[in-house]
Amino acid sequence: MKIEINNLRFTYPTGLEALKGISLTINPGEQVAIVGQNGAGKTTLVRHFNGLLKPTSGAVSIGEWETTKYSTAKLASRVGYVFQNPDEQLFSRDVLTEVSFGPKNLGYEKSKVDELVKRAMALTELHDKTDTNPYDLSPTWRKMVALASIIAMDTPIIIFDEPTTGQDAVNVGRIANVIAELKREGKTVITITHDIDFCAENFERIIALAKGQVLLDGSARDILGQEEILAQTYVDPPQLTRLGKMLGLKEIVTRPEEFLKAIL
Amino acid sequence: MAFVNLQNVTYKYPLTEKPVLQNLSLQIQEGEFVSVIGPNGAGKSTLCYALAGFVPHFFKGEINGEIEVDGKKSSESTLDEWVLNVGLAFQNPFNQISGAKYTVFEEIAFGLENIGVPREEMKKRVEEAMSLTGISELADRSPYSLSGGQQQRVALTSILVMRPRLLVLDEPTSQMDPIGTREVFGVVRRMAEEGMTVVMVEHKVEWIANFADRVIALKEGQVLMEGKPNEVLTSDLLAESGFGISRYTSTAREAKKRGLWKKENLPVTLDEAVKGFKS
Repeated sequence: MKIEINNLRFTYPTGLEALKGISLTINPGEQVAIVGQNGAGKTTLVRHFNGLLKPTSGAVSIGEWETTKYSTAKLASRVGYVFQNPDEQLFSRDVLTEVSFGPKNLGYEKSKVDELVKRAMALTELHDKTDTNPYDLSPTWRKMVALASIIAMDTPIIIFDEPTTGQDAVNVGRIANVIAELKREGKTVITITHDIDFCAENFERIIALAKGQVLLDGSARDILGQEEILAQTYVDPPQLTRLGKMLGLKEIVTRPEEFLKAIL
Repeated sequence: MAFVNLQNVTYKYPLTEKPVLQNLSLQIQEGEFVSVIGPNGAGKSTLCYALAGFVPHFFKGEINGEIEVDGKKSSESTLDEWVLNVGLAFQNPFNQISGAKYTVFEEIAFGLENIGVPREEMKKRVEEAMSLTGISELADRSPYSLSGGQQQRVALTSILVMRPRLLVLDEPTSQMDPIGTREVFGVVRRMAEEGMTVVMVEHKVEWIANFADRVIALKEGQVLMEGKPNEVLTSDLLAESGFGISRYTSTAREAKKRGLWKKENLPVTLDEAVKGFKS
């Protein structure tokens, strides 16, 4: 399902203009990372995709639906949004109820709900925690519950707002696996992240926002080498890209295997 | 005598079965900048709470062993005495922000108000602290209107302004952009140079290696390893135990296997990697 954003502007009630004319198309099945400094408008932008925010001017369409004409409850069948802070989204007594809530509310039949929940729990490795209260879990596992509860809704578009913050290496690996699996299933995955190495290793397309506008948009390789422009929005190139540049490698490398080949 | 001294500390939260800290002992000298790393569930946040007095004074639970800061025992102090010496910035700034103040400026002044600092001095200290962490332009915003990374800076500033002798930071840069992260490490380093003792829980190993004096690796409530940053962060033990390591380290380790890295020591920082691959 295609996302189209046409000259989107958004001003908060406080008068702060967070988005200053953004136009983008995100195609079905794309894996997109959104990067940029704190306050650049990343979260404000993605909250327009499921209608949590509506444009001050301009338009956002999810498929043929323009978001101003549909409620967030309606849009939730097309766009799943995992909050930056899991505590803002979890409310059920146990993990199973939490993860089942979304698909149940989308009106799927019981057998489909069961199947979606089972798959989401397996993908996030929560199967042994079904009866636990989410708030008895560590923040790491609460994050996985938040992920599972959105994945279980089986929406064509899924948004992750900073999925790797506060996660250790093992869990970052788990989250990368989840994203890879969603890609295989043909879902559109949009992720906000400051973890540029994670970005380089898991995403094909990168959009850099700065002060409410699109600064750069393109393939990971094209974007991540542009050190000076990225610096305008407080983003450093990935570690191996920086290292490659310092060593005078001709091509831009972003991943370990590329780097090891390039230095041969 | 070490400034911070933990002797055989074992701690269990109420209602949990297993202790989070298990016979943990560690010493930190005054003015030292120590970074604590570890997988999720290793006890990093609990250690922060223990240093800040919340464990056990606020969370209750069962504690054994002794926690001392500047020669004073936590068990013989009250929380309101303890916080005059030790400041903690929470992992989630949302849990720290008071909710009682309309502006960032007032939020940062909150702690000083509570210990009765005179008005003029308070204003001066708040302004200085905000300029140190680069948030002066946020002074009149509501703390709740800020982005995650900006909230984290406010949370950090509201602790720094108290000028604690021991500064405890629980993943203070987790929601920050890379330049913000570097700035926070820089500010913290400066505080340490000025004599503040710092304990910082972090996952960003490249910056730990650039700025910290010592690294303590926690696993399952115990010290798995401690020492100079490069020594700890490049050890095989760490890589095998589920710790996050720098791409420079993991790539150089692979390069070493293929004969493309000639040095004995592996790199953690960009500088070390550049030097090593050039030689």
